[in-house]
Amino acid sequence: MAEPLYYLSAGEMSDALQRRELSAAELSEAHFDRIAEVEDEVGAYLSVTTNLAIDQARAADARLAAGTAAPLTGVPMQLKDNLNVRGTATTCASRMLETYVAPYDATAAAALTGAGAVLLGKGNMDEFAMGSSTENSALGVTRNPWDRERVPGGSSGGPAAAVAAGEAAFALGSDTGGSIRQPAAFCGVVGLKPTYGLVSRYGLVAFASSLDQIGPMTRTVRDCAIVLNAIAGHDPKDSTSIPAPAPDYTARLDAGVEGMRIGVVRDYFGEGIAPEAARAAREAIGSLESMGAQVDWEASLPNSRAALAVYYIIAPSECSANLARYDGVKYGYSDTEADGLWAALEATRREGFGAEVKRRILLGAYALSAGYYDAYYLKALQVRTIIRREFAEAFERYDLLATPSTPTPAFKLGEKTADPVAMHASDVCNVPVNIAGIPAVSVPCGFVDGLPVGLQLMGPHLSESALLQAAYAYEQSTPWRDEHPPL
Amino acid sequence: MASPEPGSALTLDDVRHIAALCRIGMTDAELERMRAELADLLGEVAFVQSVDTTGIDPTGHAVDNVHSVMRDDEATDPMPAEDVLLNAPLREGVYFRTRSVLD
Repeated sequence: MAEPLYYLSAGEMSDALQRRELSAAELSEAHFDRIAEVEDEVGAYLSVTTNLAIDQARAADARLAAGTAAPLTGVPMQLKDNLNVRGTATTCASRMLETYVAPYDATAAAALTGAGAVLLGKGNMDEFAMGSSTENSALGVTRNPWDRERVPGGSSGGPAAAVAAGEAAFALGSDTGGSIRQPAAFCGVVGLKPTYGLVSRYGLVAFASSLDQIGPMTRTVRDCAIVLNAIAGHDPKDSTSIPAPAPDYTARLDAGVEGMRIGVVRDYFGEGIAPEAARAAREAIGSLESMGAQVDWEASLPNSRAALAVYYIIAPSECSANLARYDGVKYGYSDTEADGLWAALEATRREGFGAEVKRRILLGAYALSAGYYDAYYLKALQVRTIIRREFAEAFERYDLLATPSTPTPAFKLGEKTADPVAMHASDVCNVPVNIAGIPAVSVPCGFVDGLPVGLQLMGPHLSESALLQAAYAYEQSTPWRDEHPPL
Repeated sequence: MASPEPGSALTLDDVRHIAALCRIGMTDAELERMRAELADLLGEVAFVQSVDTTGIDPTGHAVDNVHSVMRDDEATDPMPAEDVLLNAPLREGVYFRTRSVLD
């Protein structure tokens, strides 16, 4: 094999394991070697679960020997550190949960370990998934594998960097307002934000419950479909889980794009979008057109311009309620020196939360408070309806919509940390998708000055098969998946 | 707090009040910095107020096919008490221990 083991796709690893050319123990060993080799430079992991991985790899080899293996049996993965895995640390990159050990499994994590995937460790992220660069992590710095002076994106920056650097075959991230797609684009990997409700949120530490979704981060589109197959489907433990069986997402991958109607959302190719990022996305859509897609280059979603404002009302509002649970009593950081219940609460939350988390809690509490509720929160929910309707109308004319994944390639560490409003703008292409609850995928579409950029494809609710079909057709026509960062 | 004017109308007392509601201890210097940052953010989100929403219903949940989900009233094994208490900062027997509510 020309590629080092750790750069095989998850599907290729699985094939080699099933053919018994490779053992799960060897494969996880190769990944631990890779982690030891590059982790000082990348910083993708908050914890490495070596002993658990050795046990899981041994169990995977037994399943492979017995002929009872599933598609991901023995394949090594990273999970974002807001996904609970029983007996392991789940920190959310926050001092508040720095010593927290999960007493139960997230449904998505259990689906993967149940399928025999091997957990290498937990990925760095912005604290409580609030951020766009992973710089809000209280517990570590993650660098972009393509340029270590730059951010990996966020909030799923650790998973994106780990997958790009060959430190995991695949990862799960979570996406509340672009947190899978933006880092995927910045690190040159595939990231899918599924339809709201397709993947159970049970065991995902809650940030904004009406927006949060777990999804795959992979080096290839086929891997994305394989991982989605493992995690999609109804879960009675999540009351917002869609009660319908999920299809086989690999089935239509090579069905092509002949006749597929793609609307190019012109609002996301102008102001605020770097011309090179726009050009790369346009060229990718041109490839789809040359493969037979019917492309309308003048689609428009004018109301989606309000999505960022809607997001920065709804997400903080929901976060202010969700993060009220961190009281220093049941679990998490506790200031045990403070005198009395109220002083202890205020000291615990002052010391346990970082600056961005506090800003969002306060902003949300303000938007929900008496006298402001109608002007901010209720108004945002009404505009959310307008954005949803606009997407629904667009999907009567188009099967998919296309935009650049991000306004620019990865920016420099420290470049936007002093300006939260500028930081928020890096998610402008992604946020409308969460507001409408629809799925979207970011697929690598080339490089700008040596930095990866992505094409974002959006579809109506439960259109993941079509999204992956188009992303796969494009990916197969390009050399991008064979490019790896200079580590 | 008076009329819903975003941004510059936000006073230090407003922020102090919200921080107290959120149970986040803050010094005066931190409150002042937070006031400035929240004023910027409120300026950013004020864009929603430019959208005409006359007669538009609010959306709380973006996918229509799930409503008021109730589970069947079946007995299941709960998480063992020791697991629930695993991360308790202070405990007494099988209880979480809190600081005294009354002085």
